[in-house]
Amino acid sequence: MPRIDAPWTVKRELLTKAEDDTDPGFGHKPEERQYPELVKFGVINLDKPPGPSSHEVAAWVRRILNVKQAGHGGTLEA
Amino acid sequence: MALEDATKTIQVLLGAGKEYVCVMKLHADIPEVRVKEVLEEFQGKIYQKPPVRASVKRRVRVRKVYYVDVLEVDTRNVLFRVGCEAGTYIRKLCHDVGEVLGCGAHMHELRRTRSGPFTETENNITLHDVAYLHSKWRETNDISVLRRFVLPMEKTLGLLPKIHVRDSAVDALCHGAHLTAPGVTSLETGIVKGSKVAIYTMKGEAISLAAATASTEEIFEKNHGIVARNIRVLMPRGTYPKLWRTKQ
Repeated sequence: MPRIDAPWTVKRELLTKAEDDTDPGFGHKPEERQYPELVKFGVINLDKPPGPSSHEVAAWVRRILNVKQAGHGGTLEA
Repeated sequence: MALEDATKTIQVLLGAGKEYVCVMKLHADIPEVRVKEVLEEFQGKIYQKPPVRASVKRRVRVRKVYYVDVLEVDTRNVLFRVGCEAGTYIRKLCHDVGEVLGCGAHMHELRRTRSGPFTETENNITLHDVAYLHSKWRETNDISVLRRFVLPMEKTLGLLPKIHVRDSAVDALCHGAHLTAPGVTSLETGIVKGSKVAIYTMKGEAISLAAATASTEEIFEKNHGIVARNIRVLMPRGTYPKLWRTKQ
């Protein structure tokens, strides 16, 4: 059966519809976020160890980083 | 793993495509050529009924297998890489490959190597290093240490088509208003009516998740009217100034 294009192989082009400027007085480029915004709007690409559950690992991350909420992006359904 | 307000982006990940590396064990000796032949048959659309332990309705459903690449065959052990739609059961796939081969097979080991835009080669970090880098950041107060593993939540939205809007449109969107044509400054190709899009400021900050009500070409041509309906607001109200009024 032929391969289907995986979503991560889709190439997109950005088309400009209108010109405008953005006020540097509001907001930040995501890569320039400082603490605490960096963490408040942050994600971690975590290589989870096989033993503990995702729930336990989330609790550890919450404790280490001292955040109120940390959610995982889906368990590995074996 | 999403932190604090970034947890709102998790739903995007749950429906995103995945990639796994798997070790399948065959229950008899089969020629490598035949193994590869059958695995290739599982590329494309396949039928699956979820296992009992899954918390979904157990009806046969179609799933897309984007590719299956056999990496190594060692007597009865088959190492392969597979890219697939969310909700594809690799355990079931291995079982079904075994059925087609006639001898039976089972999934021995599985490692997820991709979840949407997240791979195991980019900014991947262990729990140990999270603890280490966090304390290093506390010591040095150097934010670049934190940035090594805390990524902006925009990364989660990486595979969704982007629409950028002007500053004056931002706060209305943060209040749940739908996106109208005059607000759009730029947009990516490949948007179809109904597909999920991510709306950003001109600085690249995520504002909200939305469903496009028109295609890229149509949105480009439109001068008024709704082009995307807000599904989930991500940016807090007030980040950008309120430049809109309620109808008098």
